[in-house]
Amino acid sequence: MAKVLVVTSGKGGVGKTTSTAALGAALAQQGEKVVVVDFDVGLRNLDLIMGAERRVVFDLINVVQGVAKLSQALIRDKRLENLWLLPASQTRDKDALTDEGVRLVIEDLRTKFDWVLCDSPAGIERGATLAMRYADEAVIVANPEVSSVRDADRIIGMLDSKTAKAEKGEQVKKHVLITRYDTGRATRGEMLNIDDILEILATPLLGIIPESQDVLRASNVGSPVTLNNAASTPARAYADAARRLNGESVAMIVPAERKSFMGRLLGRRAA
Amino acid sequence: MSMNLLRFIRRRSGSAPVARERLQILLAHERGLRSQPDLLGILREEILAVVSRHVVLDPEKVVVRMDRGKSVSTLEVDIELPNGFEKKLAVAS
Repeated sequence: MAKVLVVTSGKGGVGKTTSTAALGAALAQQGEKVVVVDFDVGLRNLDLIMGAERRVVFDLINVVQGVAKLSQALIRDKRLENLWLLPASQTRDKDALTDEGVRLVIEDLRTKFDWVLCDSPAGIERGATLAMRYADEAVIVANPEVSSVRDADRIIGMLDSKTAKAEKGEQVKKHVLITRYDTGRATRGEMLNIDDILEILATPLLGIIPESQDVLRASNVGSPVTLNNAASTPARAYADAARRLNGESVAMIVPAERKSFMGRLLGRRAA
Repeated sequence: MSMNLLRFIRRRSGSAPVARERLQILLAHERGLRSQPDLLGILREEILAVVSRHVVLDPEKVVVRMDRGKSVSTLEVDIELPNGFEKKLAVAS
């Protein structure tokens, strides 16, 4: 039974696209057949993060409007044979997406994949509501920062009211994914810590992704971080999160505090 | 010396508790408003209707604002009336 999962946040720049690519690749590495779908019409970026930007011919809008078949628009990953990308359109605007069109595409994808990961645009407008519309589950990406947590709370409210599941009286299964977490700063009380965020959002935790250079390095070369450097701390955190999505129980690891070389020598915490 | 020590302690305790408290207060309000959609919009429409019964006014010049505090919130209603509106009233009656 296919699962449709929306990766959303409300706020921009918190790591939705990075997380969609990393979780999609991790699920594919674990043997699932996965498609990642870019809903950010007009500002697509998932193709770039996946390293497939030069292979885009048709896109989601073409499929919704019947210009192209789904099979023509799907791009198979060059590294993992069970990972696919459905890109967004770069030239159209978000009004080109219709509720009915999205429903049909998602229904079609459900028959072909184990996982359909929808990368939501930022905001709470049409693009974001359509990305979550037919989801069974949601990953709410949040940074340990006030505006991100506030927007995450708003998005949780929308998942509980504006989705097809909510309208049927069912619940979208929600998970919080905390990204750009810095254990040292949280321990020193400079940054909201995990307990603060979970208490405020009252939503189960899917994973904690540490602030790390590996994330930027992976996006620079167009590879999901879970593929680019599977041994890195963010990659391991994403792989654990993917296992939890699949129903495995994996112990939650709070990323270790990073210490600078000088800090280690002096026995102090890195700034 | 004691000032420095105080500053040191304050810095160690960090600003995260402030962030947490501000969020908790704000979200408690926002979640309440979510269930009764657009309270401010409804208030604005109804105030506009009442005042319009007696005074001719520009709907654009009615501003309703809510300021949320920790223990009390204030509702600010700002209605701009055109000059000479009393004369119009006199004519009307």
